[in-house]
Amino acid sequence: MPQQIDIAGIRQLLAAGAQLVEVLPPEEFEEEHLPGAVNVPLRQLTQQATASLGKQRPVVVYCWDYQ
Amino acid sequence: MSPRAAWRLERLGFEQVYDFVPGKLAWLAMGWPREGTAGAVPNAGEVARRGTPTCALDDRVADVRAAVLAAGRDVCIVVNPEGIVQGRLRGRALEENPEATAEQAMQVGPTTIRPSERLEPLVERMRRRGVATIVVSDLKGQLVGIMYREDAERALEAARQ
Repeated sequence: MPQQIDIAGIRQLLAAGAQLVEVLPPEEFEEEHLPGAVNVPLRQLTQQATASLGKQRPVVVYCWDYQ
Repeated sequence: MSPRAAWRLERLGFEQVYDFVPGKLAWLAMGWPREGTAGAVPNAGEVARRGTPTCALDDRVADVRAAVLAAGRDVCIVVNPEGIVQGRLRGRALEENPEATAEQAMQVGPTTIRPSERLEPLVERMRRRGVATIVVSDLKGQLVGIMYREDAERALEAARQ
């Protein structure tokens, strides 16, 4: 079950080597994103689109805000 | 959107999936680093002058004034024990009553902006209202720095060239 994390939690996970995935549309990602994030828009979340990510490593997913 | 994405990733076989619920908005509002085309124009947090003197609510104004002068600055931000911005001391407030506490002399609840604030509309608002400086605080209300309008104007000019 995915775990929810807050501002403090994300820094700890990134320091521990977590992968970052932004699921917003590409134009929003291009404009501004978290350092090191990759862009996989929600509608493109497939095995193929996520093949470059490690399945055993922690992965943090985010969008714009609480929506 | 991110909760659905998190469940989707888990379905795809990812073993440790975390949903950063506050999202990109909160990250940027903390003044943390960012990448992307928008970075060509700095935001308020990136222009703000750091190292602004701070003091506690119970500090004597005379002591605060001495610290401000020693730092070569003209303003002190009053913070509570949690580091949250409570007020601002500058100008006459630093001169008039040296025995008062910072809390008694400060301007309570100065306007603050987030580090992620875009410079162009911000500078326009500051010009219209005759504001030269503004306090920048993060999502938690902790001080980031003071943004001077003149610095922001210079940064915008440099970004246009």
